Amino acid sequence: MSIAFPTPDAGILARRDAILAGLAPLVAPDALIVTEDERRAFETDALTAYRRLPLAVVLPSSTEEVAAVMRFCSENGVKVVARGAGTSLAGGAIPQEDAIVIGVSKLARVLETDFANRTMRVQAGITNLAISQAVAHEGFFYAPDPSSQLACTIAGNVAMNSGGAHCLKYGVTTNNLLGLTVVLVDGTVVEIGGDMLDAPGYDFLGLMTGSEGQLGIVTEATVRILRAAEGARPALMGFESVEECGACVAAIIGAGIIPVALEYMDKPAIEICEAFAHAGYPLDVEAMLIIEVEGSEEEIEDAFARIVAIAEPFNPRALKVAQTEAEAAAIWKGRKSAFGATGRVADYICMDGTIPTGQLPVALRRIDEIVKGYGLGVANVFHAGDGNLHPLVMFDTNKPGEMEKAEAAGEDILRLCVELGGCLTGEHGVGIEKRDLMTTQYNREDLAQQLRVRGVFDPLWLLNPAKVFPLEGRELDETPTNGREAA
Amino acid sequence: MTIHSPASEDEVRALVCDAAGRAVPLAVAGGATKHGVGRPAQTQETLSTRGLSGVTLYEPAELVIGARAGTPLAEVEATLAEKGQRLAFEPADWRALLGTEGEPTIGAVAAANVSGPRRIMVGAARDALIGVRFVNGRGEAVKNGGRVMKNVTGLDLVKTLAGSWGTLAILTEVTFKVLPIPQRTATLVYSGLDDTRAVTALCAALGSPFEVTGAAHVPGDGGGAGTLIRIEGFEASVRYRLGELKSLLAEYGEPGLVEDADGEALWRGVRDVAPLVTPPERAVWKISTAPSRGPALAAAIGAQTEARWLYDWGGGLVWLAAAADEAATRIVREATRAHRGHATLVRAPADLRAAVDVFEPLPEAMMRLTKGLKASFDPKGIFEPGRMYAGV
Repeated sequence: MSIAFPTPDAGILARRDAILAGLAPLVAPDALIVTEDERRAFETDALTAYRRLPLAVVLPSSTEEVAAVMRFCSENGVKVVARGAGTSLAGGAIPQEDAIVIGVSKLARVLETDFANRTMRVQAGITNLAISQAVAHEGFFYAPDPSSQLACTIAGNVAMNSGGAHCLKYGVTTNNLLGLTVVLVDGTVVEIGGDMLDAPGYDFLGLMTGSEGQLGIVTEATVRILRAAEGARPALMGFESVEECGACVAAIIGAGIIPVALEYMDKPAIEICEAFAHAGYPLDVEAMLIIEVEGSEEEIEDAFARIVAIAEPFNPRALKVAQTEAEAAAIWKGRKSAFGATGRVADYICMDGTIPTGQLPVALRRIDEIVKGYGLGVANVFHAGDGNLHPLVMFDTNKPGEMEKAEAAGEDILRLCVELGGCLTGEHGVGIEKRDLMTTQYNREDLAQQLRVRGVFDPLWLLNPAKVFPLEGRELDETPTNGREAA
Repeated sequence: MTIHSPASEDEVRALVCDAAGRAVPLAVAGGATKHGVGRPAQTQETLSTRGLSGVTLYEPAELVIGARAGTPLAEVEATLAEKGQRLAFEPADWRALLGTEGEPTIGAVAAANVSGPRRIMVGAARDALIGVRFVNGRGEAVKNGGRVMKNVTGLDLVKTLAGSWGTLAILTEVTFKVLPIPQRTATLVYSGLDDTRAVTALCAALGSPFEVTGAAHVPGDGGGAGTLIRIEGFEASVRYRLGELKSLLAEYGEPGLVEDADGEALWRGVRDVAPLVTPPERAVWKISTAPSRGPALAAAIGAQTEARWLYDWGGGLVWLAAAADEAATRIVREATRAHRGHATLVRAPADLRAAVDVFEPLPEAMMRLTKGLKASFDPKGIFEPGRMYAGV
């Protein structure tokens, strides 16, 4: 276990009974979870290697209850970890012993749907998929679609600025959000934005999105809903080399075509997924693309005719454009089962760096070298259009030291992403997992500015304090640098 | 008025340190074409970004362009056009509207978050902006975001700076996501619709699967109104979607079809608010609301004071010209609030901008955060003090 948690505040632990007594009148009796057995369910998220039992868990039923709990915590110096569905792969929702968890799972209602203006107001604990399902009967959907969409909440999506497979065309959470109700650390409730396309004043909507539960707790959101395309179909294309595959992606985009999804899988990923899903993936290629386009039948045919012609010089193998629903489902089934299928053959950690897409062949070669250097294996699946890599570093948790090796390999991969001009995390968030790597992407001034902005919202570090920013270096030198000679 | 024109980020830092040391506020300008937006400046010195010029990164296959903040917008657009790409959010040119001359810069596009009609489909300038370098009020050079479009590493200060009008920091370099220029662009023009029917038609078009990239309505007397719906893409796709939209909107009459240079001119007019440029003494407001509330909002203002307006963003953006006085200002603010919108006084004489709120007044808690945010970037308050809000 290499990632450090702050030492729990002994004073808070000693006052646990008093704190629980103070919380009890603020929410319904069944909304305050205190027994150890019940708290266990909240001790980790999808980064299951790390666990901490929280002081207590509160599951409020209204914005007012969240505000009352936040006010109490603020007045009593109690730390707060916000939780949606606990699906964070970065450990964003892992608690700490001296903190309470505020879970938004009971805030799961649709408040208002406005098809004419294409917006929807929801409580923040609603799942991502439930938003789309609530408007599907009119042919609408909510665009960001993280692979955990069945379980993950819009609160968590806002906290992490979640993406998905279709953001090349539709953008990520921050591009699909119009308004938020946020409870600040002192219990103040603020409305940010509204149901219009831009918000007044500074862009607090953008700042809040991706702030990982460190600036406030989101209790309601207004999102854009979009009318779904008339149809969508994927095609599958294999390549004998990573270079040809990368060049083909560049050529498609260079020709002015923005597919709604452009997913890459390497040979190990293809083999693992094919063995699991029997999707009909080619096993004799080094790399494979799933390309999805949208529109009417006529438009889809036209787009694939263009794409196939563009791909021609790159010697695509096993080219298959889905002709039926069943073929389309099969093509996607393999990709969508990538994480589950990998989990059947090995333990793995899923990384999430982004690289400039032009660096693809270099990145894949060096990822392979890095992982082999630790004596481990890797399967690569990623969003090729935007360079968001998801290398699955495989290991055997029963072999002593392998998990630590996998973590080290993962860190090396993320450093590589930064070195190639990319970033540490494309859509999972920093959480606790990448916290100590922040200094590879940002220097002291870069981080200090973020810390100062954070300090506007939470000067006492009560909100999800173990995350995002390295534990060292949080104390800022407030001596004015004004007048200092420029370096 | 002293104008500093640093040629490098280090020079920007030195100038900022010097100004902060002397406690002298700075106006921040690129081409100064939007200088008259905001509360009148009380600054004696200007820091111009024009010396920070040039495209620093362009990777067409990665859909990304980066440039120093003072690079002329026209240069960025020409660079992109050579490879068949563009800034998809359609940055507006407010020179005619504001009666200014000079060269708009790419940094100001970010700082003012100016987006045109295509905002409804592809997002605003703030959505396309993926990376910034800037100098804060402490004279520190800071980067945030980067050159990749998927990036959630740390706090998103990129968005924070978009639309901050130079009040938080001086942008030194900006990186935008770009998109291809489509093969064909075509616009359906419906005539003679009243505002409510027009916006209903626009909502229907935007709620269709046919990917409308422009939805505007310009009211007119005696049947001169034009309701515009734009479709872009590959030829076969555009042809198909035009046909489908015409069927969908059959009840609104037989539309005209405008393409090529005429179409470009039409949308440039909407983007740059051409119908409200004259008479120049009128105040011009940019009002945001949900599209279906737009017509009632505009009508509520029109019922109380002489006003003209047009709708973009499917009806959700109301550009409105009214008298440049406090009485009309009060009417606009009250009607906007009543229709749950917000309004910015984009054009008005300095004395009016000094006397009334230019940006939408904020609730007390948001104002507290706003002041805190300002102080976190610019603790001595030297960048464009008071431009957006008094004391910010």
